[in-house]
Amino acid sequence: MLRYLLGRFTSLGLSLLVASLVIFAVIEVIPGDPAAFMLGLNATDETVANLRAELGLDGSVVSRYFDWIGGMLTGDFGTSYTYRVPVAELVVDRMWVSLPLALYALILSTVVAFPLGVIAASMRGTAAEVGIMGLTQLGLAVPNFWFGMLLVLVFAVSLQWVSAGGFAGWDDPWAAIVSLTLPAISLAVPQAAILARVMRSALVETLGQDYIRTARAKGLTRRQAVLRHALRNALIPVLTILALQFSFLLAGSIVIENVFFLPGIGRLLFQGITQRDLIVVESVTMLLVVAVIAITFLADIAYVIADPRLRRR
Amino acid sequence: MRRLPLSLIVGAVLSSIFLIAAGLSLLWTPHDVTALDISARFQPPSPEYLLGTDQFGRDILSMLMVGARTSIAVALVAVAIGMALGVPLGLAAAARRGQLLDEIVGRGNDIVFAFPFLVTAILISAVFGPSATNAIIAFGIFNVPVFARVTRSAALPIWTLDYILAARTAGKGQVRISLEHILPNILNVLIVQASIQFSLGIPVEAALSFVGLGAQPPLPSWGRMLADAQTMIYTNPRLALLPGLAIVTMVLGLNLMGDGLRDVLDPRLRRLRA
Amino acid sequence: MIGVEGLSLAIHGTPILRKVSFGIAPGEILGLVGESGSGKSMTALALMGLLPPGAVPEGVAALDGENLLAATEARLCALRGNEIGMIFQEPMTALNPVRTIGDQVAETLRVHGAAGKAEARRIARETLDRVGLSKIGMDRYPHELSGGQRQRVCIAAAVALHPRLLIADEPTTALDVTTQAQILDLLKGLVAEQGMALMLITHDLAVVSGMADRVAVMRAGEVVERGETNAVLRRPSHAYTAKLIEASGHQPDRDALAERAAVLSAEAVVRTYPGARQGLTRGPEVRAVDGVSLTLHRGESLGLVGESGCGKSTLTRALLGLEPVQAGRITLNGGPVGPDMPTDRRAAIQVVFQDPFGSFNPRWRVARLVAEPFHLFGARPADWREQVAGMLEAVGLSRSDMEKFPHEFSGGQRQRIAIARALITRPDVLVLDEAVSALDVSIRAQILDLLADLQGRFGLSYLFISHDLSVVRSVTDRVMVMQAGKIVEEGETERVFTAPAHAYTRSLIAAAPRLELISA
Repeated sequence: MLRYLLGRFTSLGLSLLVASLVIFAVIEVIPGDPAAFMLGLNATDETVANLRAELGLDGSVVSRYFDWIGGMLTGDFGTSYTYRVPVAELVVDRMWVSLPLALYALILSTVVAFPLGVIAASMRGTAAEVGIMGLTQLGLAVPNFWFGMLLVLVFAVSLQWVSAGGFAGWDDPWAAIVSLTLPAISLAVPQAAILARVMRSALVETLGQDYIRTARAKGLTRRQAVLRHALRNALIPVLTILALQFSFLLAGSIVIENVFFLPGIGRLLFQGITQRDLIVVESVTMLLVVAVIAITFLADIAYVIADPRLRRR
Repeated sequence: MRRLPLSLIVGAVLSSIFLIAAGLSLLWTPHDVTALDISARFQPPSPEYLLGTDQFGRDILSMLMVGARTSIAVALVAVAIGMALGVPLGLAAAARRGQLLDEIVGRGNDIVFAFPFLVTAILISAVFGPSATNAIIAFGIFNVPVFARVTRSAALPIWTLDYILAARTAGKGQVRISLEHILPNILNVLIVQASIQFSLGIPVEAALSFVGLGAQPPLPSWGRMLADAQTMIYTNPRLALLPGLAIVTMVLGLNLMGDGLRDVLDPRLRRLRA
Repeated sequence: MIGVEGLSLAIHGTPILRKVSFGIAPGEILGLVGESGSGKSMTALALMGLLPPGAVPEGVAALDGENLLAATEARLCALRGNEIGMIFQEPMTALNPVRTIGDQVAETLRVHGAAGKAEARRIARETLDRVGLSKIGMDRYPHELSGGQRQRVCIAAAVALHPRLLIADEPTTALDVTTQAQILDLLKGLVAEQGMALMLITHDLAVVSGMADRVAVMRAGEVVERGETNAVLRRPSHAYTAKLIEASGHQPDRDALAERAAVLSAEAVVRTYPGARQGLTRGPEVRAVDGVSLTLHRGESLGLVGESGCGKSTLTRALLGLEPVQAGRITLNGGPVGPDMPTDRRAAIQVVFQDPFGSFNPRWRVARLVAEPFHLFGARPADWREQVAGMLEAVGLSRSDMEKFPHEFSGGQRQRIAIARALITRPDVLVLDEAVSALDVSIRAQILDLLADLQGRFGLSYLFISHDLSVVRSVTDRVMVMQAGKIVEEGETERVFTAPAHAYTRSLIAAAPRLELISA
């Protein structure tokens, strides 16, 4: 088992290395002179030269790459050009919005999707299944940012229960949760639809396996067979989707944070682009990639726990 | 003749409405989408403007027709890119299972998957500036490993079948076997996946344009219409409803069509019915 | 004590079973015999109340007077595993892969409330000991066990509560002969010990003849004959039973025309695989074929027998020139065999596989399928359609079959198409890789006859690979026995079967079930 995880760990480390090379190449090599790029067409030679010195762009490409990676490893993500503060500080601030939002959405979608998937699978051919599947079709078709706008329209514009967006910080936890609720719902709806469908088809497939028949021959009722034998096996493919979903939620929050004016990582990245703040873009992108890869690794560990066949490898 | 599944028929009807509207927009739209007419702004629906007008007096119906064209073009080309690169990679990886090439394709997939799609789009826009072309490239890159994986995992079980061994005793090489035996037998899987990726592409294009990383003015797109509408949501909510409904209807149609296609093309299901 | 009377069954209106009747007394073994599609398994599922949706049973299946067909689902749940146990054909998939074996045996006790947690585990341990798994821990997972061991776990779970009836649906079909013999022994012992009734479902008359007290023969949803096993097999009263018995021991007429000239030979062939990847290193390499030498003479039938995993398939792929060998030499008609041998030499050796369903690209028509080996000659000859039609007629099909797709044919017909495809290049050697193993006995007899006939007409040499000793005995001149990558014994077929020299050969022959009543 350790050997299997070590193998996965090595390959994920490799992915990280290649990903960092790609990001570095796109941001620092392809534009030619990042300093000129950041300052735009109207910059004087002098200001460009100043910025070059400030960014440490005078060194060779190789030494700049190692400086960047070394900085990332020690928590020094560089200094934002527009905000004039360390990127690490900005990221930590924004993380307190994005991470709770992604988790909130993940929990919402799981709590809704699991029962729906299980009900649809164990009541095949009934009106309940048809209804649930129709609902998930609709959920799949609704873009999350438009669903967010609809929620604003209903709850902020018409009913005026909540404000249309913004985030006042965690000083008042209840207010913070309330202001994250509409964004989390809009993020969760399409994900819940996907999850429910995957849960259903994984369960339907598991229910057709020989060992379910064996369990029934031992005297288990249908419900007992589902709960004791099918669910855990069906969870294995669902785990893959859950890991993938986290990366979708992170990415999705870039758009949703724009709809609800939330000061999160996504908005930071987005502002980095519009203000050509390459230092912010470079480091935040790398952080997002690290997060996705870390989640993938966690999913791998979960696999090993769920499936003893992997433990021997 | 077998009865076609209802979902296929409904899905095909819904999606062809948009396909036809997009095609028609190349030749004719009720109004010119580039003509601004401030005097006719925020018109409610009328015989002149069937769905009303926006803040610049542009005809919403015409905007939706051209927006459909943008969405479909982005999603379609991105799927074509994904298939053109991903299917050969997947076929090659399956033919050389466990060998170096398979390993490289697998690792490459992992790396692309490590970049959330919107992050790829942002990286590309950061350097090359936002445009519909960059949206296509970003989604195309995302589609490559999707098709490579689906192709490989559909091809692997076929490689273990006896008719592949028979083809090898008939002196056929890996390339010829991949083209003659593997590809035709996984085509159904690929068609279904293509329909899924195509339907994913519609909201993806809209999301990119919504945050300003996709289609740029003056090219109308559903995502940009929504972004404009967001600023006027208190005064003119109608502007936010129509493009969203268009996206939902089109994606719903494509998904239903994909489900129906899967039922028709899945040989397992077909055998059960026969 | 179990009495089935007039059991009929229809699925969505299609009749599957017609008026099936039989009875089994405590301590008795009933063999339920029939070919595929005869309704054997449906009969068992009807007794268990585990029929597929849409199935409507009629009649009476009484367990000590209680009609199972009329029982409620709740009552059936209480009976299943408690009064009636069942084991299935495929032990590899019959156990839940993510739960331990001890857990799965104890579950039978727990679900019926027969024991507390600790008590259930104790009884499960005892039952596992009883079925011969005393050295296997309760906390092992199914994937850590062999097929035979897994079937023992299934049996333990089925008999843990001492049911009155045990239904075994082809329990040994997926197992090797030596394992099969052990499992059958175990079942026999349990019946004697616990006094339960055993309903043994099988397609193999030889298994029945060694096990069952009484037998019921099924065909097309009906019991055509039943009675005491010896009497039925010795003096079958129904023509179908007689035909089954003949087909099981069928001996095709073969002309002895073997010359002494070698057509295919192997000398000290070694085939190794790199070990499994373990992180950055690899485990020790696997020697699948370990110094095998063989000679196939012109016009001869050479048998190759061995259990699964012995290296038969690997050797076959090397002989076909599909994979390289690490040491030794293979020659065909005097020239070397390997992945890059010239196409005319490749055309001289062709193959027929086991699975009649996986053998053909489902999207190709028969004409194109049969013509595929013409690829070896560069282009298809101008009269290729004529040649294909001629070959289809030679294997007992018709010219009009050329435009059909493979799914329009039965299993036996597909094997005929596979033979036509193999013969289209007029090879000297035909490798028959378990070519009749998946077929019902009566179809198998027809294909064996066809092969004997073709051997004379086309001057073919056969390499006949099989795990089925009785078939190999009836159709080969010489036989080789393979174990763990090596040929352990080789000789004239009759000599090897009557006076085996190697201990492994002796154990194989002793384990193989025989229809002894015919010669008796």
